[in-house]
Amino acid sequence: MSTPAIEILGLTKDFPVGFWRQRMRRSLDNLTFQVEEGEVFGFLGPNGAGKTTTMKLLMGLIFPTSGTARVRGRSIDDVQMHREIGYLPEQPYFYDYLTARELLDYYARFSNYSAAERRERVTKFLERVGLTAAGDVQLRKFSKGMLQRAGIAQAILHDPAVVILDEPMSGLDPVGRREVRDIILELKKQGRTVFFSTHILSDAEMLCDRVAVLAGGKLQGVGAPGEIVSIKAHAMEILFEPRDGRPLPAGLAKDAARIGGRYRVEVPEDGLYGALEQLHGCEARILSVSSVRPTLEDYFFRLVGGTVVTRGLEEISR
Amino acid sequence: MSATVGPVAINTFREAVRDRVLYNLVLFALMMIGAAILVGQISIGIERLVIINLGLSAISIFGLVMAIFIGVGLVYKEIEKRTLYSLLAKPIRRWQFLVGKYAGLLLTLAVNTTFMALGLAAALLYVSKHFERSDASILVAIYFILLQFALVTALALFFSCFSSPLLSTLFTLGIYITGVFADDIRSVGAFTQNSAILAITRTLYYLVPNFHNFNAIAAVAHGGSIAFSLVWQNTFYAVLYVTLLLLAASAVFSGRNLK
Repeated sequence: MSTPAIEILGLTKDFPVGFWRQRMRRSLDNLTFQVEEGEVFGFLGPNGAGKTTTMKLLMGLIFPTSGTARVRGRSIDDVQMHREIGYLPEQPYFYDYLTARELLDYYARFSNYSAAERRERVTKFLERVGLTAAGDVQLRKFSKGMLQRAGIAQAILHDPAVVILDEPMSGLDPVGRREVRDIILELKKQGRTVFFSTHILSDAEMLCDRVAVLAGGKLQGVGAPGEIVSIKAHAMEILFEPRDGRPLPAGLAKDAARIGGRYRVEVPEDGLYGALEQLHGCEARILSVSSVRPTLEDYFFRLVGGTVVTRGLEEISR
Repeated sequence: MSATVGPVAINTFREAVRDRVLYNLVLFALMMIGAAILVGQISIGIERLVIINLGLSAISIFGLVMAIFIGVGLVYKEIEKRTLYSLLAKPIRRWQFLVGKYAGLLLTLAVNTTFMALGLAAALLYVSKHFERSDASILVAIYFILLQFALVTALALFFSCFSSPLLSTLFTLGIYITGVFADDIRSVGAFTQNSAILAITRTLYYLVPNFHNFNAIAAVAHGGSIAFSLVWQNTFYAVLYVTLLLLAASAVFSGRNLK
């Protein structure tokens, strides 16, 4: 059996709170799961679930209260483990007096590349994240999306076997999100393991082989996205424009909401064809039909039976 | 080690340069030369003494201000701005990061001091038209000033690992001032003949770095020479103290959770 790319074994993290820091708040509770080699693994959860805490623990930025983790068989305490890992922090911020090219060159120095190799890599990865034209611009002039791209470039610059991305789509426009998705898929094609956190269900559905769901610092489940989170549409949305002077069909008139000269109505999935026939009958123009998917918030709400998961953080006395 | 410490040091130096800290020194050098012209015109017979005193004091004060104010933010800023997160994801140990930051600021201060020393040399040359043999001891005084910078930077870095810039500034400044008057503090303790006060002043004397021994400005300004043994003593003392401070900083910082 091959060594897992990431192995998390009972990770627990308590943070001191209060003025005297005598009370402890548990933000991660006995987390255990594995990410296999070559997988794209999504780490799902609402804000405050413990996703960033887990990633910081893996990167050695904070230290576990108990438990441990290994990356490709190496303990997270082993600094050499970092040669095999690339990391994008949440909302990354970099030395703003450097240009993107200088920043990447700086990080490349820690991977023992020669000056020529560094130049070549920096140029290649600037192009990969669409920052070629901005390569010589100081980072203080970068937008949030551009900083995110620079962050992704520094994370994959040294061809790491495992890439850990904390909310990689955050702050990106649709084009940027698409580019990041392409990068993740390309990394997968190259056989690399990608472990990324998100609270956007469609990202997980589109990219992940498996996902882990975290809420209130506790693992709720691990598996294929469809197994863990029901992504089935729970309604269909129809946008239509009635023909001049014609009344709305009686079956839809009650639920239809007017938006300008158009109407929007949500119908159950099995009632879609009936609704469309009614609209056809009154010669309405169908503008769009789309599925209404549950949001991750809906999922979590159902998961915990209506209690607010972020309040599930356990407070313990020292 | 140099593959990890070196880039951090160079980046720290680059930050200082791009913050335009170094440009102030060109201004300082020009001011030194200007002051020399003025002093040369108003003082008779003691122009050199005034210029050396003024120049070395300015080098010392200006450098100390930089060492403290940049030093206290060395680690704190990296944590606050979260620039440290991406860096520590690379194969670099926390102590290597600290040594790199320290070396970078020291390099900045050394470059600054070189520029200022050139300004002082130009001023001296303007007044005297030539250098004297005793001027070599000015270089020793500048070396002592650099050793002071090394100590103060290590203090500021140490405090920067666990406290805010304001508190770090107060702690560093407090220890520096105590260290400048270390000999006097011990004398006061002995003078009072109170065992409690004596114990406190003696502890302070041995605990804080003794900056008094690094001040050779007055001796050099009066054309005096500096004993070679003092150079070795001060060097050894500074290296030992800096090493201890960096070890303490590493111990504190290596176990710290980054928020």
